[in-house]
Amino acid sequence: MSYTIEGRTGPWELVIGLEVHAQVISQAKLFSGAATAFGAGPNTQVSFVDAGFPGMLPVINGECVAQAVRTGLGLNAQINLWSRFDRKNYFYADLPQGYQISQFAHPIVGTGVIGIELADGSSKEIGITRLHLEQDAGKSLHDQHPTKSFIDLNRSGVALMEIVSEPDMRSPEEAGAYLTKLRQILRYLGTCDGNMDEGSMRADVNVSVRKAGEGYRTRCEVKNVNSIRFVMQAVEAEARRQIEIWEEGGEVHQETRLFDTGRGVTRSMRSKEDAHDYRYFPDPDLPPLVLDAAWVEELRAALPELPDARRARYVAEYGLSAYDAHVLVLEKETAAYYEAVAAGRDPKLAANWVMGDLFAALNRTRRDIADSAGLGPRSRRAAGPDAGRHPLRQAGQGGLRGDGGNRPGARRHRRGTRPPPGHRQRRDRGGGGSGAGRQCRQGGRIQIRQGQALRFLRRPSDEDHAGQGQPGAGERGHQAEAGLRRPDDRRAAWPGGLNRAEDTRPADAAAPRGWGPPRRAGFRRVAAGPGWFPSPCRGSAAHRPAPRCRW
Amino acid sequence: MSLDTATVRRIASLARIRMGEEEVGRMQAELNGILGWIEQLQAVPTEGVEPMAGAGAVALRLREDVVTDGGIREAVLANAPDPEGEYFGVPKVVE
Repeated sequence: MSYTIEGRTGPWELVIGLEVHAQVISQAKLFSGAATAFGAGPNTQVSFVDAGFPGMLPVINGECVAQAVRTGLGLNAQINLWSRFDRKNYFYADLPQGYQISQFAHPIVGTGVIGIELADGSSKEIGITRLHLEQDAGKSLHDQHPTKSFIDLNRSGVALMEIVSEPDMRSPEEAGAYLTKLRQILRYLGTCDGNMDEGSMRADVNVSVRKAGEGYRTRCEVKNVNSIRFVMQAVEAEARRQIEIWEEGGEVHQETRLFDTGRGVTRSMRSKEDAHDYRYFPDPDLPPLVLDAAWVEELRAALPELPDARRARYVAEYGLSAYDAHVLVLEKETAAYYEAVAAGRDPKLAANWVMGDLFAALNRTRRDIADSAGLGPRSRRAAGPDAGRHPLRQAGQGGLRGDGGNRPGARRHRRGTRPPPGHRQRRDRGGGGSGAGRQCRQGGRIQIRQGQALRFLRRPSDEDHAGQGQPGAGERGHQAEAGLRRPDDRRAAWPGGLNRAEDTRPADAAAPRGWGPPRRAGFRRVAAGPGWFPSPCRGSAAHRPAPRCRW
Repeated sequence: MSLDTATVRRIASLARIRMGEEEVGRMQAELNGILGWIEQLQAVPTEGVEPMAGAGAVALRLREDVVTDGGIREAVLANAPDPEGEYFGVPKVVE
């Protein structure tokens, strides 16, 4: 039974497509040799190219190209051996060139597909329309001075991938599952770190509604939604708004909107009409990007094992249930940890231990798997999967029950609550409390995620299943319930343990730091009438958000 | 094809160029002249010829992914009309 929202005139279907902007992992920028590392002093990672000085010429970074190709391959997509860069022209203070170098007519990656899994155990394929490379813009700070905005160009020129889906999703859950899966694939590939709260991944959500059997009605686009949970909320909020308009005899106008996370509603951005005219043309500084088919094949051969393949292998080789396998591959760190634990041991027992004792211990101590996993530089600490005192060593000797009976491990995790000094250097943002506080929060995110997955797995509660996973009982109940809730409560109404994997933090914690809602300038609206899907050309730099204070 | 004055004004505004009345007229004539040349080019038979955006190098050369630039904040800010400490300062751009 498909998801619908009940209006006064009967049920409405949803049609959803996503455009995701993912920051490419690379050392240097897309067209300059300046660094991309996070957290550097303002304007210290800026070359004359990034600052738009006259006479500077862009030279493309081969690794960024490779990352885009890897991502395309990971999305089962067509790799275009011939692609081209265009200039997308608009004015904004953080875009010193006066244009963004993007790919409009000839993207590097064409159509592909992502398989998503839903809470009721079903799966579905979501089409990928395209992926293209483009430059990010700088960052504006609006709250430092009464009459001025401050501009930091460190991010100017950093490579982004814009990944556009087909309008194939039909429910908030599917949108959440798509974004979850896309993020998972990018993280497995190592092409984007997927840190949505740091702006490394952000989504524009296209929503329209229709009656069963109809074609597409006019869509609206909700810009720059920065968490999976907010994407799901924005879909429903926008769909309800449109249903209201249609049912009152009005007409939905195609426009760009923002999701107000506090109030749980979308609102218009009141863009200027002119702003939509980007006057694209091929960048005369850049000849076509031509790839060698053999090089693409080399990249394909070197791809890491992706989540679907790994899950299938866990089922086939280790004899795990599909659900256990799913949970273990959600995060690649978890999967790596599990494999290390399972090596030479009973894989099912290992799975029980990781998903039971270990997750519970992590939850208790508010740490994440990377802290405890002995992977990389953090390994000196605590119970790495290969640690000599690993509790599973005793498994064969009756020392392990696999469901909370593992006292040595639990004790060790409690002891390890405080990370060692200098620990966790990764991408801390300035501001926002003490280092320890951040660590706790960061740790907390992953733990909760796993805990939830587990809760869903083991003890599906009524709340978890409201509207999902129980054919028949499902959709209506969920919607009715969601409709009664205030926005603040809405989180609880999102069912589907699988898709909730991301972002269970309170709204405040998920609020953008330095990335607020979009600004007014620059959205392209191609004259497409009510035709559903977006022109693929709207680059991210055009909807760079401003800091929170603005709103 | 020819541009009317409204289109010329619109192009000027997109390019953030302020234009007086007499300039609009002059610019209209110049732009229409350029469009005339383009129309002449349209007469060339291009059946079966791939569209091309340039006649220079055949393909992009790829750069190594190494940090070779940056760390020149003073130089980058040197010509800024209104720098504020470590930042560029611009008129407030908030809706």
